[in-house]
Amino acid sequence: MRLSSKATTLLILAAVIAIAPVFFPSSYYFRVGSLIFVNGLAVTGLVILIGYAGQISLGHAGFAGIGAYACALAPVHLGLHPALAAVLGALLSAAIAFLVGRPILRLKGYYLAVASLGFGILVSMVLSNEAQLTGGPDGMAVPELGLRAVLKAIGIDLSNTEFWYAFSGLVLVIGAWLALNLYHSPTGRALRALHGSEVAARTVGVDVAHYKLVAFVISAVYASVSGSLLALQNKFITPDVAGFMHSIEMVTMAVLGGAGSVLGAILGAAILTTLPQVLTVFQQYEQLMLGLVMMLVMIFMRAGLLPSIARRIRGRAE
Amino acid sequence: MPELLQFLLSGITVGAVYALVALGFTIIYNASDVVNFAQGEFVMLGGMITFFAHAAGLPLPLAALIAIIVTAGIGVALNKLAIEPARGAPVVSLIIITIGASIFIRGATQLVFDKQIHRFPAFSGDQPILIGGATILPQSLWVIAGALAVFVCLWLFFTRTLIGRAVLATANNRVAAQLVGINTNYVMTLSFAMSAAIGALAGVLVTPITLTSYDVGLALALKGFAAAMLGGMGNPKGALVGGLLLGILEAMTAGYISSQYKDAAAFVVILAVLFAMPQGLFGRKSTDRV
Repeated sequence: MRLSSKATTLLILAAVIAIAPVFFPSSYYFRVGSLIFVNGLAVTGLVILIGYAGQISLGHAGFAGIGAYACALAPVHLGLHPALAAVLGALLSAAIAFLVGRPILRLKGYYLAVASLGFGILVSMVLSNEAQLTGGPDGMAVPELGLRAVLKAIGIDLSNTEFWYAFSGLVLVIGAWLALNLYHSPTGRALRALHGSEVAARTVGVDVAHYKLVAFVISAVYASVSGSLLALQNKFITPDVAGFMHSIEMVTMAVLGGAGSVLGAILGAAILTTLPQVLTVFQQYEQLMLGLVMMLVMIFMRAGLLPSIARRIRGRAE
Repeated sequence: MPELLQFLLSGITVGAVYALVALGFTIIYNASDVVNFAQGEFVMLGGMITFFAHAAGLPLPLAALIAIIVTAGIGVALNKLAIEPARGAPVVSLIIITIGASIFIRGATQLVFDKQIHRFPAFSGDQPILIGGATILPQSLWVIAGALAVFVCLWLFFTRTLIGRAVLATANNRVAAQLVGINTNYVMTLSFAMSAAIGALAGVLVTPITLTSYDVGLALALKGFAAAMLGGMGNPKGALVGGLLLGILEAMTAGYISSQYKDAAAFVVILAVLFAMPQGLFGRKSTDRV
């Protein structure tokens, strides 16, 4: 029996997430692992926007910020459970993406880049300036999700880092599964068609504006959920989560691993998340190395790491 | 009234810097269709190198000259090592390459120099000049004059010189330019050198007012990019007007509305302009080729 590429991707992902802890010498690795999954989730959303639909956004951290601050603010001000707060954040992100996306997505290339960048900066500016609500640049505390206590009551006792490793890993697998399903759905085909040529897609009856907006809204929800997970896991959040550099990191992760492939993008997230941890020893070289990696991969492996390597292996096999 | 004049003067000073960054963007964009996010690092390098050369005992004009020449060399290296090998790559990749370059330059600067904030003396002293109740620093006049001089020189270069027209021809159609005997590689090198030199000049002019450190580049790049967008990408007149408008707008927002949201005002206006006029104020309407 031959597995579909979708099943293969999900199997690899689930297997790596499940088996990796065997090799973890300390709880610190669970922490890094769950950070990778949180970033991987946001990047999976960007695969839909950049890889499928061929649009760019330099402002997606704005949605991550909305998701993160929803988890911090809604429990305090609306009395919502943190999980519901995350859902509220996702809905809010979707609504804002819908409103902002309509005019923004008419733009192309660099104009789209600057418009989305402007949006992201506005969000992070509101978060750091409305200090009486958000605590300003110092950030604010986020309540406990409470799921770990529930698990403990039914006999599953996980440490905090183990729980977040498992939980964000699970959310990532679900996110990847949804993204892969989307790829093979009529919507996914429409997105790929308009990526190839908007005019051609329009000629065969694809509502280009509508589908671009769909991709934008979906990717915003991914970013928002990723922001919520980050906030709940750290139990603390600062406006940096919505900052320009976070947007850039997200896009770089996606493109580094290969924006056309879910697995590749998650690999990109894994590399860029672990790189600073590995480089803490050479802290003064961190920026130098990060910049160098970004340039080298984009120059020599234009399709991103995973697709480029896969092509090379396939080329050798033939 | 003096209040308004004061905001206007400080807005024009800041705007002149944005205009210089935007002009640098425009030159590279015209020659290569690349938006160079490392443009702000050129401004930073101009200020930092001048400071350290000056601190090493060189007279200020010589230090500034060295800074501009070294930065131009770094611009050429950026083109040769990072932009040219990636020719034909999609916009997303080019954005990541130039942002990568900007992070790399920032990292290298903090290693070679330091992480401190620096300033060197103003060219003509720090005694403010009174104009109708408002004051302006002599250094601000240097900045404004610098922006205008660069704009006029560029305008003459692009309309009156053969090599300037060769740059425009290369921008228009690279292959056709090569066919009529233009050395397009030379044109690219020249464009990056000019753009980096203009950025460094902006850094030299503005550091006595705003100070400099290894991490000032990114904010300047974003503002310059926004200014270039506001005026219409690839148009020197647009870059100048866009930069000045953005500076004035920021100063007015800071003065009359909220200094915390002065950066927000810039982006709100840019979003509004892009929605109403997707090609910017002076941009030409483009049509898609199928």
